[in-house]
Amino acid sequence: MEHNAVLAYKFPFSDNLTQGAVVAAILTEREHPPLHGGRAGMSRGIRAGQPFEASQALGFVGIGLFLLLWETAPRVGWVNRTFLPEFSLVAQKFFAYLADISFWTDVGRTMTAWAIGLIISIIAGVVFGFAIGLNGFLKRTTRSTIEFLRPIPSVALVPLAVLLFGLSIESSLMLIVYACFWQVLIQVLYGVGDVDPVAESTARAFGLGRFARMRHVVWPTVLPYLMTGVRLASTVAIILAITAELLIGQPGIGYQIGLTQAGGRVPEMYALIVATGFIGVVINIFIRNLERQTLKWHPSVTREGRN
Amino acid sequence: MAKQLANIGFFIGLPAVLLFLWWAATLDGGSFYVPTPSRLGDAFASVWLGDRFVTDLLPSLARLTIGLVLTIVAGILLGFLIGSYSWLRKTLEPLLDFFRAIPPPVLIPVLQLVIGINDQMRIFAIVFGAIWPVLLNTVDGVRSADQVLNETSRTFHLSRWQRIVYFIGPSASPQIMTGVRQSLSIGLILLVISEMFGASDGIGFTVILFQRSFKIPEMWSGILMLGLIGIALSTLTKIVEGRVLRWYHGLKEVQHAS
Repeated sequence: MEHNAVLAYKFPFSDNLTQGAVVAAILTEREHPPLHGGRAGMSRGIRAGQPFEASQALGFVGIGLFLLLWETAPRVGWVNRTFLPEFSLVAQKFFAYLADISFWTDVGRTMTAWAIGLIISIIAGVVFGFAIGLNGFLKRTTRSTIEFLRPIPSVALVPLAVLLFGLSIESSLMLIVYACFWQVLIQVLYGVGDVDPVAESTARAFGLGRFARMRHVVWPTVLPYLMTGVRLASTVAIILAITAELLIGQPGIGYQIGLTQAGGRVPEMYALIVATGFIGVVINIFIRNLERQTLKWHPSVTREGRN
Repeated sequence: MAKQLANIGFFIGLPAVLLFLWWAATLDGGSFYVPTPSRLGDAFASVWLGDRFVTDLLPSLARLTIGLVLTIVAGILLGFLIGSYSWLRKTLEPLLDFFRAIPPPVLIPVLQLVIGINDQMRIFAIVFGAIWPVLLNTVDGVRSADQVLNETSRTFHLSRWQRIVYFIGPSASPQIMTGVRQSLSIGLILLVISEMFGASDGIGFTVILFQRSFKIPEMWSGILMLGLIGIALSTLTKIVEGRVLRWYHGLKEVQHAS
């Protein structure tokens, strides 16, 4: 398997205490191999210049059947039409939203919180990841604290965010950054721990300074891990951006969903939910492309290009 | 021995220092937002070991457990079904990819509308939101089972059931566990959100209630409680994973050594 190249790294925390985390690391990589295999179905289907395959045809059949079922079930009375209106009605509302400027303003607000939160998390994750990962003492001292803080669900911080920041964007950012920071940090720590000792010694022998070694040895090793962390964080960030809107009442798509539900505008509510699905899909495609761009030189990308 | 002591030292060192700093910083009685450690300890004990243990903590834990068990069982069963038939997988793949892209919290308003505000709604919210990582990872794990082994087991006339138990199941288990771990943390998030969003009991409800009535140490104790549940879940997963995947971990070690 080509994943093995990715798997065969030296783990930064190499004693018994964190065997679980070792497995976790390996599995995370197994499930999210940088760039290839795994759950690339979506982007594989969308990538241009590929012949139309039978599997894609089946996918369209699946979508078609689903929409047909959605259209018929409320009309025939299998489900209550008030709670689940037929597809055509929702589609109509959806397109009405697309032409509505205030809908795009809300999308913009949600995406702004998403982008700022994600960028803060990435910068903080990289800075702390390098500082901790390159220092054996720091790595050992911070491990238990990281393992304790990481599993705390960031929605637990909702009341604190409301208290501290109220309705301003900072409360969204606080939730997003708390959840995403760990995703990035952990991947960067794995990456820093994966630096090939032979390459490191070679660079030393050739008289590369500390900064040059960072730039030419450590950074290229960390980058694929970092991109995995960014991908995980980007999904988490949109979930929390929308949660903050639903729970705290931050303006944005999530807040609108709450409003339509409270106002009994059910078709509009479904239309907005479909819209959040499309936002999710667009984010996935964007991040995958970003990954392919940043890791152009990486063997996994060049290999992907060849076949 | 000395090495073990050093390990313990590293383990509790930083948390102890942080706790000390917190204590030292709040010596003057703490600010409005930050209670002293002992004040928080008192609040924690009086809130969560008193009446609320039965009226809020236990119901939350029950919902979480039922929701997560349903999620895992349904996710694995459906995953095996979809992963075993390539036509089924190809038909459903774009749909599943889309459903997964929908941020799970938006399902809560829908379920409130369709089911009403009750326990079933909260359990469904957990299942609908958290099932995707288990489901999709199981599909992937089943699909990527080794082709040669698969044909070998067919040649030996293993029945479909035997192949699932002895070959496909174990070979997919590392990926299934990855999915389970992600699902657990999403499930906890959805429990809390569903309780914060129109409920009359539960941890999420209690935390919001304390915040609205400005009982700050009590609010912190709720946050602490949620954190402890999160940590307990992740520790439990690690233990289960360590047992179920011991062979896998060993295999990886051998591969690294070679």
